[in-house]
Amino acid sequence: MSIFGALGFSTPWLLLGLVALPILWVLLRAVPPAPTRRRFPGVALLLRLKEDDLQTDKTPWWLLLLRALVVASLIIGLAGPVLNPAPMGENGSDLLVVMEGSWADAPDWAAQKQEALRVAGQAGISGRKVAFLQLTAPGSAVVFSAASLAQRQIQTAEPKAWLPEGDVIGLIAELGSFDSYWMASPLDWPGRAKLVSELLAHGELRVSLSQTPTMGLLPITVTAQGVEVHVSRLSAGQATQVRVDLVGLDPSGVERRLQSVPLTFEAHALLASQASEVPQEMRNRISRVVLAGYRSAAAVRLVDDRIKRPEIAILSGEIAGREGLTLLSPDHYLTQALAPVADLINGTLEDVLLADPDTIVLADVAKIGAKTAMVDWVSQGGTLVRFAGPRLAAQSFNSKEDDPLLPVRLRAGGRTVGGAMSWGAPKTLQAFEVDTPFFGLPTPDEVIVTAQVLAEPGPDLAAHVIARLSDGTPLVTRKTLGQGQVVLFHITANADWSNLPISGLFVSMLERLSVIGSYGDFKQQALAGTTWQLVRDLDGFGTLKTVGDRAGVDGQVLAASRITAETPAGVYQGGERRWARNILAQDSVFTSATWLGAVQLVGQAMARPKMLGAGFLSAVLVLLVVDILATLWIVGKLRGRVVGALACFLMAGLTTEDVVAQTAEARAIQATRNVVLAYVKTGDLGQDEISHAGLTGLSLALNQRTSIEPVSPMGLALGTDELAFYPFIYWPITLGQSRPNADELRKLNRYIKGGGMILFDTRDSEIAQYGESTKEGRLLQEIAAGLNVPPIAPISQDHVLTRSFYLLQEFPGRSSRGTVWVEAPQSLGEEIEGMPFRNLNDGVTPVVIGGNDWAAAWAVDLAGQPLLPVGRGLSGKRQREIALRFGINLIMHVLTGNYKSDQVHVPELLKRLGE
Amino acid sequence: MIPYPPLNEALELASDWPQLLAQAQRLANSFALGGHGRRRAGTGDVFWQFRQAQVGDSLRAIDWRRSARADDQFVRENEWQVAQSVQFWVDCSASMLFASKGSSKHLRAATLALAVAVLLSDAGEKVGSSDGLLPAKVGRAQIPALAQVFSRISDNDFGTPQSDDLKPHSLAVFVSDFFGDFAKLERAVTSAADQQITGALLMVLDPQEVNFPFAGRTLFESMSGRLRYESQKADGLRAKYRSALQDRQAALASLAQSVGWQFQCHTTDQPASAGLMWLYQALEYRR
Repeated sequence: MSIFGALGFSTPWLLLGLVALPILWVLLRAVPPAPTRRRFPGVALLLRLKEDDLQTDKTPWWLLLLRALVVASLIIGLAGPVLNPAPMGENGSDLLVVMEGSWADAPDWAAQKQEALRVAGQAGISGRKVAFLQLTAPGSAVVFSAASLAQRQIQTAEPKAWLPEGDVIGLIAELGSFDSYWMASPLDWPGRAKLVSELLAHGELRVSLSQTPTMGLLPITVTAQGVEVHVSRLSAGQATQVRVDLVGLDPSGVERRLQSVPLTFEAHALLASQASEVPQEMRNRISRVVLAGYRSAAAVRLVDDRIKRPEIAILSGEIAGREGLTLLSPDHYLTQALAPVADLINGTLEDVLLADPDTIVLADVAKIGAKTAMVDWVSQGGTLVRFAGPRLAAQSFNSKEDDPLLPVRLRAGGRTVGGAMSWGAPKTLQAFEVDTPFFGLPTPDEVIVTAQVLAEPGPDLAAHVIARLSDGTPLVTRKTLGQGQVVLFHITANADWSNLPISGLFVSMLERLSVIGSYGDFKQQALAGTTWQLVRDLDGFGTLKTVGDRAGVDGQVLAASRITAETPAGVYQGGERRWARNILAQDSVFTSATWLGAVQLVGQAMARPKMLGAGFLSAVLVLLVVDILATLWIVGKLRGRVVGALACFLMAGLTTEDVVAQTAEARAIQATRNVVLAYVKTGDLGQDEISHAGLTGLSLALNQRTSIEPVSPMGLALGTDELAFYPFIYWPITLGQSRPNADELRKLNRYIKGGGMILFDTRDSEIAQYGESTKEGRLLQEIAAGLNVPPIAPISQDHVLTRSFYLLQEFPGRSSRGTVWVEAPQSLGEEIEGMPFRNLNDGVTPVVIGGNDWAAAWAVDLAGQPLLPVGRGLSGKRQREIALRFGINLIMHVLTGNYKSDQVHVPELLKRLGE
Repeated sequence: MIPYPPLNEALELASDWPQLLAQAQRLANSFALGGHGRRRAGTGDVFWQFRQAQVGDSLRAIDWRRSARADDQFVRENEWQVAQSVQFWVDCSASMLFASKGSSKHLRAATLALAVAVLLSDAGEKVGSSDGLLPAKVGRAQIPALAQVFSRISDNDFGTPQSDDLKPHSLAVFVSDFFGDFAKLERAVTSAADQQITGALLMVLDPQEVNFPFAGRTLFESMSGRLRYESQKADGLRAKYRSALQDRQAALASLAQSVGWQFQCHTTDQPASAGLMWLYQALEYRR
């Protein structure tokens, strides 16, 4: 490829063809355009004629120029011109395409992939071998092979939810010299600098920098009122707004966005935080927090049990009226330990059970009132935690039967060790056994027990013991009851019998019992001895996927390790606890990558090499067409039909006014030759369509049932169309429509005066009830203010509309509740004896106003089937039928006036004739 | 450009003559036929008058039915009818097949000639062709035969009338574009005039041949392609061509005048009835 400035050619020697242009010029000049052959009998006369100008007709210079241009474009186009050619790879060495493929690349992945494919493809075209390396998922070796192979690898590459490791250096250290093309995210990661220098050691390195901003969600903070979300970003600079969605199951079990939290980055801030009030109940349902519009694993935070605040009820057997002795209160330490992490419920046992808490703690309560209810609650999954105390110890147990609310049978009384009146030293704790939930927790020596209640020995006692004192006596016992469990601490909940409740171990033990969630991060010590299994993992785009069986990971190892391929982000299950590991930690800080000077940076927005060949070749085609036309014109063949067609084509745009005038005339003829129902075009295309379909349906019904035979309805533009042709105009009120101007109002008034009828339909009777006005109603008032509408009144039961064709008492459309207003009766006629109707309106009411959305009920599709549903089932069918009957009555009324009203006089007239 | 069939398919063309016939018949029917007859008694079919028998009338000549109504004897006389011979020559050369649009010159020429033949034949005249193929005879049977003769296309570029077989003291009608050799035509017409033959020359032209609406570099070819003329600027040739055509028409007119014939030019974009009107009147005048 040779390069001239910003323009390069892939086959520059073809440009030599340009030298041949002058020859072409001479050749073309010598050959005149071919003559037209014509049959012509008059040639006999011509034979004797001599032409004055016998010189050969030359090809005109501009046609020559055109043809020279064609050839020049062809030569240039075939020479393969490239704008902004990529000068890389002169030496023809191999190319290594490097993609980081971390979560930071995920938002930009498609572009990066395309770029990588393009680079690989280009290298392939110039015959170089290509290898592909994804830093987050390196293969076993880097092999340079055909570009298509690398392209296939690139196609299938997916970003991972962790940052690259530096350990790929081993893969490339042994390779010879090659160039590298690196799709880089703006984020720095450990080991990057080393990899850069390694790649530079092998050859040229170009880096295509992604321009997408890097953002991530930091751990959310749980506050008393709700949650606080934090978003971190890599580079400050401009104020932006982002949205964080709290996603979880809704009460029906469907995952949906529960709440959105908008955050604003100040121009120079790297961190944005926003607290949001979330009800307790909803907060417990949050399963993940998502940074909206940012497709990356860092934009998703999985939420585990730690966000939840369990509801715990603490009841103690304390005797009322011991104020001032708080520290002696049996539940003081419990309250202190649980209050920050749980919602405490107070009340009597009966009340508490109604609230269905997660856990009930009974501190030294011997007699449980609602025992059956309690057993039921535990069986359904509750956790009952009991603490011993003087009262429990004093209780004399009926040794014949087990108490279902105690894990083991207790011996009456208790024992005291290490006290003033007893032998032996206070007992310390035995190390926790392997299969107990407390395994791994340290047993500090300072924790001592001076008194306890003792369990009745029995064959199944050992199975229930989950913590022992150094002498082997049970300290904590547990049994399952139904789906729940009952746990007994054989000591008091205050410091009377032991200092365990005021130690840190106590909190850890409660945590292990799932009584309380562990807040913030799991403590190293609390994780000791636990095994966690990955159940769902997060891919680079932030999508959660269920994974198959994976080997368990030790809790402490898991806590210590970063997010890597071995310990990816996702949800881990350990026993009954779930642990969500996310990309960013509380103290995560983004650092931007800096690149050495030897690296060639190419932003993705850089001018791409652009192939211009196709442009030149299409120019050749266009010029050839011009040449054909010009040649035709020169030899005189471009005439007649061709010119006519072109002229028609050009003229088509100029004569719209004539066309409008013609169509207006045709419309007038069409409208006056037949009965035509009309509607006002509102500008709302959907409503206009319904109006048209509705009047079509009504016209159809009229044709079928009556002697009125309307043709297709017409839409009216108030401004331009003549109204006088139409006996009936349907006017749906839509919010978007413009108010009629003075001219149109005059037209409308003339129409009303001339005996026309307008049916105003506000289509709002579903919502406009009990005198409430809707926007449509107000708009109608605005429109009607300019019209000479006579006083109107709700339609009376004996109005002629009720009997002009069908006998009707209601006037439903798609809805049936609205009142219909017509012109008020001129004078209240008196009821004539023996006459069922009063003789009221002499003429036709000029307006009918209602909101029942009649057109929608009348509307039919092209096949004549109803277009929109009306009501339900048979009653809906009936409603549509009545709506149609109303329409027929209406049109009948318009066209026959008060004929039906007069008919009531027929008996009277006949009587007079008889006389 | 040429809606006519190729020249060598004369057979196929021959099937066109019924159409030609029908067209000519239609044209003739539209023409109000004037009275014909010598307005005196003579041999003929049509009753002319009864006259009193005179000495010399044969007994057979006496009309007994008439005579029985009166005392005298009456002789029935018919009107004298003499049939004139009209001989047609319609140019059937290739150049007549040219048509820029609509009907070709040949179709128009043949239609006109045949229509006149129909009118004349109805009036009792003898019609025939000038080339001796179809001698002039009385009767309607002559018309289809004439149509067949007119449909016989030659592949010569231009045609010349044959005047050798013309009956003396008859009428001749030459219909052509007269683009052929003028000297031959002149010879034919004068030799006919020598035999006391009068007649009419009808020049049938295509509008393109009159207007010469061509431009640009054009190669003009005769219908058979034997004659060629290449023009570099056809639009520059228009005035010259028109004056050449006018010269030809003037020459034809003066030739006709010199021998007492009629000459008219007819273009195919004119209504055929105009040509028929002129032709009929020209012959009526002569007859």
